[in-house]
Amino acid sequence: MIRPRVIPCMLLKGEGLVKTVKFKDPKYLGDPINIVRIFNDKEVDELIFLDILATTENRRPNFELLKKITSECFMPLGYGGGIRDMDDVRQLLSIGVEKFVLNTSAVENPSLIRAAADHAGSQAVVISIDVKKTLFGKYEVFIRAGKKGTGLDPVKFAVDMEKQGAGEIFINSIDRDGTMQGYDLDLIQRVAEAVTVPVVACGGAGNIGHLAEAVKAGASAAAAGSMFVFQGPLRGVLISYPAQEELKRVMP
Amino acid sequence: MIVIVDYGVGNLGSIKNMFKKAGFKAEPSSDPAVIRDAEKLILPGVGAFDAAMRKFRETGLVPVVGELVLEKKVPVLGLCVGLQLMTRGSEEGTEAGLGWFDAETVRFKFDAEHANLKIPHMGWNEIHVRRQHPLVDGLLADSRFYFVHSYHVVAKDTDAVLAETEYGVTIHSILGKGNIVGAQFHPEKSHKFGLQLLKNFAERVS
Repeated sequence: MIRPRVIPCMLLKGEGLVKTVKFKDPKYLGDPINIVRIFNDKEVDELIFLDILATTENRRPNFELLKKITSECFMPLGYGGGIRDMDDVRQLLSIGVEKFVLNTSAVENPSLIRAAADHAGSQAVVISIDVKKTLFGKYEVFIRAGKKGTGLDPVKFAVDMEKQGAGEIFINSIDRDGTMQGYDLDLIQRVAEAVTVPVVACGGAGNIGHLAEAVKAGASAAAAGSMFVFQGPLRGVLISYPAQEELKRVMP
Repeated sequence: MIVIVDYGVGNLGSIKNMFKKAGFKAEPSSDPAVIRDAEKLILPGVGAFDAAMRKFRETGLVPVVGELVLEKKVPVLGLCVGLQLMTRGSEEGTEAGLGWFDAETVRFKFDAEHANLKIPHMGWNEIHVRRQHPLVDGLLADSRFYFVHSYHVVAKDTDAVLAETEYGVTIHSILGKGNIVGAQFHPEKSHKFGLQLLKNFAERVS
């Protein structure tokens, strides 16, 4: 039987990898190719790369860099950032990226979801939903790298995305990003209960126990950034990933 | 050279990359002349059965590949939906399959105990080798592979079942008979475990 997936989620800024806190203050981690090699050696379940500037800089994915990444990556690979049309989707497929993570496009150009799913199967289409709590305590979907509110409710939005052909929902809490204090379990649970496709939890994981909590709340997979790239209270950069035996023991 | 049959469906880039890592040249092609020259063939596939089967037929490559595989006994490896196309047909659609295996493709049906399992079956799972075949010779201990599928193959010809996998039900995760083999999972995305399987195909399956 399968164990829930544990997915390092890496943020690209220009040619380098960074890690943010609450989508701000990107800290430089290193060269993406080197870090991919380390994750490949550690035989991670899956990797997700998000280019956090592509949409705001109004440019397409950095295909040249992604090509270098896919030639070192022998696990499932998701990419998000600046994917605007089927040309981008086809090009990503041809270089070996098989999951397309849509965020801004899912709101601004939702017909891309069906087109991508028809072309590559719905399992290839991951909708990433960035969520922030408003001053009134309500959850709201944000796009454009967390900069633009949409007024949309994440649970209703996730259900709509599944109807449009999404094969997976990647739910990311902006408030928890980089805090390492644990996931927003309430948010994860609400979304997971509302959709039938797998939900990937992201935002806030600080230790392996947090990953297990996300799965108990209904997530099919747990994604994290900080806990796989930082070490110790001073947050020194050190790439790590739990051993298979540990994951088998801890994950539900 | 290994030729990845390009009928417009599948993660051809990933397959090419993994063969390169294993030390073999594999190139996607939809050119019948290139395909006829292939030492071995990969039949990829993702997405819906009918869409894949229709696209494969539209290319006009079905008779070309069929002749190579059935008459000239060129080794062929089906991956994911590529394996499913090798069966007689799928509950997912109405198109006839290639029928290279006496097998059907069916949807996951779980009993009450497993009713909470998600479809698709997505993630890393183990395989249990049931029969000797060059494809599954010397696979690494604790081998695990990346699966993502909502339908699975059921072989009537149990001699063709090389490996099984548990996900609520027992699925036939590798089929093989002589030169025709197929895997339900994605070896091209399965680290050193998948690398070994693709290496086996390149070196040993004939």
